[in-house]
Amino acid sequence: MIERLRKTVVSLSLVAGALASGCGGGGYVEIPIQTPIAPKLDISPFQRVYVAGFLAGANDDVDANMETVRLLRSQLRNKNVLRVVDADTVPLAERALEEAGAPEAASAAAAPPPAPAENAPVTEAPDGQLPAVQQESDLDRYAKVFDDKEYWKQIGDEHEQALIVTGSVLFVPHARSGFVQREQETYDSFGRRVVVPTRSYMERKGYILRPTFVFIDGRTGEQLYSESFREEILYNSNQQTPALSSYFELMDRLLPTFLNTLSAQKIRGNRVLLK
Amino acid sequence: MPARLLTLALAVLIATAGPAWAQQRGQAKEQVEFGVQVAQRGLWREAIYRWERATQLDPTYAAAFNNLAVAYEQEGQLDKARAAYEKAVALEPNNSLIKQNFDLFKELNDRAAQKDGRQP
Repeated sequence: MIERLRKTVVSLSLVAGALASGCGGGGYVEIPIQTPIAPKLDISPFQRVYVAGFLAGANDDVDANMETVRLLRSQLRNKNVLRVVDADTVPLAERALEEAGAPEAASAAAAPPPAPAENAPVTEAPDGQLPAVQQESDLDRYAKVFDDKEYWKQIGDEHEQALIVTGSVLFVPHARSGFVQREQETYDSFGRRVVVPTRSYMERKGYILRPTFVFIDGRTGEQLYSESFREEILYNSNQQTPALSSYFELMDRLLPTFLNTLSAQKIRGNRVLLK
Repeated sequence: MPARLLTLALAVLIATAGPAWAQQRGQAKEQVEFGVQVAQRGLWREAIYRWERATQLDPTYAAAFNNLAVAYEQEGQLDKARAAYEKAVALEPNNSLIKQNFDLFKELNDRAAQKDGRQP
């Protein structure tokens, strides 16, 4: 009797299973989606944005301050989120030197630069640029300029209480040697293409970009938000890539994130819908 | 005798519940398929309505939860999307398409969370 009961339950569950599988699994379609990501800052109190300038070290190849100002202004104009104030940049380096303390700044200018970061060449500081900035910590000592509410409020008042974008940009040469894994293409005796991973020692050089974007309320001078990034690019040592094109390549990677601070961003992707 | 009665009761129960359940699943499937059609035409809100209805009709329908999660993603409702994906994965843990969608979602959501400074 119990055996019969067991058989009945098993057969009924099989029917139920077949029913379920018959109703499920009906194929799929791939569909493109665009996911909106909300902006990080509420910019509704502002009508204008002023890219005021950046602290940047002396760099012979790229004026990281001016290039960043030009690039961000043009990107913000394209985005059309706020009116971009097209005014001269502030003398941020001078102000930062003042705020860091004259004797300290003077000694920083006079003293030999700290150990260069990873083969970065030592450069002299032209007028209006910070001396001996080869690594992030060099910029950190000047960073308190961003906390000077009075100064930024005054700048804001001069530019119709705009949202102020400032910060620091470190763009330095970088070299690294070591083993690199690459895929090497070969053909076997039957003429078939075979891809084999190989490790080889390579000397590579490139650049590091380390920007920090600081957003300041031009009405009060207060910092609203800041965000730091680090991007690096390395090429074969025999490859000649202009510093400026490397700079733009690295900036291009982080521009969407920068713009997402002020405006919603849509991220494209594909998903699968099931039937 | 009691065993025979129990068998009979079980059979009656399954015999009556089976068609009702199949009907519910059939209606849910119709909603899901209609949702897919409208989503392909860009009518995501209508699709959400259809897929929500499908999950109400059949709360074990993983495809409906998966599609709902995709639609929530499209609408930027990331918390709801995560919950729907989790439900879909729980219902069909071996479905590679659902897992693939969920992995892509998590990648995007983690990026958004990092920007917000919240835990992904």
